[in-house]
Amino acid sequence: MSTFLEDVNERIGGVPIQGCYHCRKCTAGCPIAFAMDYNPNAIIKMIQMGMRDRVLNSSTIWLCASCETCVTRCPNNVDIARMMDVLREMAIEENVDAKEKNVLKFHEAFLSNIKLGGRINEPLMIALYKMKSGDYFSDLGMGMSMFMKGKIKLLSPRTKDMKSIRNIFKSTGK
Amino acid sequence: MKVSYYPGCSLHATGREYDESVKAVSKALDIELNEIDDWSCCGASSAHMTNFKLSVALPARNIIAAEKDELDVMVPCAACFNRFKSAQYHLGNDEALRAEVEGIIGEEYKGTVAVRNPIDIIYNDIGVDKLSEVVTKKLEGLKPVSYYGCLLLRPPEVCEFDDYENPTIMDALMTSLGAESRKWSCKTDCCGGSLTLGKTEIVKRLIDRLMTMAREAGANCIVTACPVCFANLDTRASENVVLPAFYFTELIALALGLDGSDAWFKMHNVDPRPLLSSLGLI
Repeated sequence: MSTFLEDVNERIGGVPIQGCYHCRKCTAGCPIAFAMDYNPNAIIKMIQMGMRDRVLNSSTIWLCASCETCVTRCPNNVDIARMMDVLREMAIEENVDAKEKNVLKFHEAFLSNIKLGGRINEPLMIALYKMKSGDYFSDLGMGMSMFMKGKIKLLSPRTKDMKSIRNIFKSTGK
Repeated sequence: MKVSYYPGCSLHATGREYDESVKAVSKALDIELNEIDDWSCCGASSAHMTNFKLSVALPARNIIAAEKDELDVMVPCAACFNRFKSAQYHLGNDEALRAEVEGIIGEEYKGTVAVRNPIDIIYNDIGVDKLSEVVTKKLEGLKPVSYYGCLLLRPPEVCEFDDYENPTIMDALMTSLGAESRKWSCKTDCCGGSLTLGKTEIVKRLIDRLMTMAREAGANCIVTACPVCFANLDTRASENVVLPAFYFTELIALALGLDGSDAWFKMHNVDPRPLLSSLGLI
């Protein structure tokens, strides 16, 4: 049976994360580190130590905004941003209760919306997110104001060849 | 010149003024836009954050559609641009993935078209000299900081855009319009992007920092090329630090005296018209 470290490295498919020598450049440049429960370099160490549950249950993997500052600056070319993608994929596959539920619910609402029309219809996507998250009231005033200014429309053109879109989702779904 | 055009979902909704100003500026600069037939969403952050293969296949469908015309593809949205470039990078470097994605789409991926942001096209193909020649109203008094954000630049080997720590080409465009581009140290910082709905308080903190730093640099507005950054700048700043935000194409259109800018400015949440009229620019 493979270790957590081996699983993560295989999925990243690039530089093995143990190339990290903990200079903490990733953490120093991470714009979201202040809100994370573990810093990006700590996540690397925890993976090496086989702490699968704590990593997949962390807020860090959901709060990472994929700004890619970490991988751009890493002196050892460890793809930390891709590592975060991989950890999110693993958490979803293993049905881990996401520590930052609303972030995952946003992604689910976004992708369901593409599956439905091929393109994002913002009011529908946000309505779906609000239903999933239970966060009904924030930004309502902003939404109304944008609607009045003609920035958001209830109906928007969809992709015509929806068969191809459904096929992409079917073929890449796990 | 003639390019394929991929507006993406935001430009048909909350980023409407970006779409309309890109079209107006392109027309004025003789760039003919040929919208990709029956395009679909690039998958944005949500696809690559949760499903790698989906995040390659969704942009690939659009790139393959664009390859039929063999023209460079103009992608104004920084988020779409990043997903397109990333898909090209992976399809070009991973033969097995490429074969699988071709199987899913049912067509061959050739890798023959260049994906380009309009900042790059205007800077490199039109040029700042030509741009300043067609300026009819110099943007004197306007002091923007250029905010490039994440997705045009990183990772650099994928984006191939500009210096990834100190990009300057949007600043050069602003200078050619007669604006006084201010130097600042947050050009490539993150706005929090798609966390804006799920974790609004994080985005507010990042946006307030950007606004504070822009003010410290002596700016009176912020200019961007990303509808996600724009939406966050335009809606998430605290009242005591807020500055108006612009899409760079709105400012080009204003300097070229093109029609439509008043209608775009009206759509902003933070009304930029008091600033512009105080400077005598509208």
